[in-house]
Amino acid sequence: MKFLGIKGFGLIAVCVTGILLVVAVGDFPNWGDPQSPASRHLSPHYITETLEETAVPNIVTSVLADYRGFDTMFETAVIFTAGVAVIFVLRVLRSAKESAVPEEMDPELTHTDVIIRTIVRLLIPFIQLFALYVVMHGHHSPGGGFQGGVMLGASFILLAISYDLKTALRRLSERKVLILGGVGVLIYAGIGTICLLLGGNFLDYSALAKILPATDTVMARSHGMLGIEIGVAIAVMAIMMVIYANLSSRGKYDKGL
Amino acid sequence: MIWQFDLIILTLVVICAIAAICLKDLLSAAVVLGAYSFLMCLLWTEMGAVDVAFTEAAVGAGVSTIFFLSAVFRTTRRTKD
Repeated sequence: MKFLGIKGFGLIAVCVTGILLVVAVGDFPNWGDPQSPASRHLSPHYITETLEETAVPNIVTSVLADYRGFDTMFETAVIFTAGVAVIFVLRVLRSAKESAVPEEMDPELTHTDVIIRTIVRLLIPFIQLFALYVVMHGHHSPGGGFQGGVMLGASFILLAISYDLKTALRRLSERKVLILGGVGVLIYAGIGTICLLLGGNFLDYSALAKILPATDTVMARSHGMLGIEIGVAIAVMAIMMVIYANLSSRGKYDKGL
Repeated sequence: MIWQFDLIILTLVVICAIAAICLKDLLSAAVVLGAYSFLMCLLWTEMGAVDVAFTEAAVGAGVSTIFFLSAVFRTTRRTKD
């Protein structure tokens, strides 16, 4: 393998995988084929029954958060695990002696100026407001917990880039971020467990109608989805901030970019 | 689906993907990968998968580009191979 090198090996791997994928795609039903198994009973059910069963007009949200709620819960857990893994790999708790520091980028590229700071300070509230709208309005328009959470996290990252990491960490300290990350996943799993305690299946939100005031079983599913979207948004926001803070300060949390 | 529009986006996607691999400067490679994600976002939108496009724009083009950039800033800018 010496004469090939890592890139040649990668090229061969990509070509073989690509050929296998192209061959496998031939067995798929055609794009939009009305006779394919998915289009015959699964999709029509979601398309025609979603509004009556869950009172959520956006079918994608109802499939992700309700019909496939278990799947989305573990996606959130994957994000959380990614954040924990980044902490384990990068975070330096004891400030060791500086040794073998790789070359820094030239400071010309990393300095900040007053125009950027002012614009960012004006922009961040609107970004966060829009992110909250995306989370809350995910039932009716494209969006939801993941997108809104990423945007919330990005607003804090923007603050960290334009000022420095310390300013962002003063708003959202490391301790707070980690607690929020856990709380987000816990909200999701907690709502599922409450459904269980109320006599339904795990993540069967219609059981929530027993404790939510003035709600029938259909609206309860809509409200349950909103609850778990909020949990997802909190977890994703916190984890984005954790990953950025660790990457940009080499795990020391002293100065960012 | 407008096939001309489709063709332009798909061509640019392939160009961006190859450029992101071939570039020696990792900072440029990260930015080109962000452009690739944005083109993929346009492609999803054009296919009608608006939720996926939204995620691609927020995660692929936005946050992951920042992660790549901060990793480049904290390590080295030139690739060895």
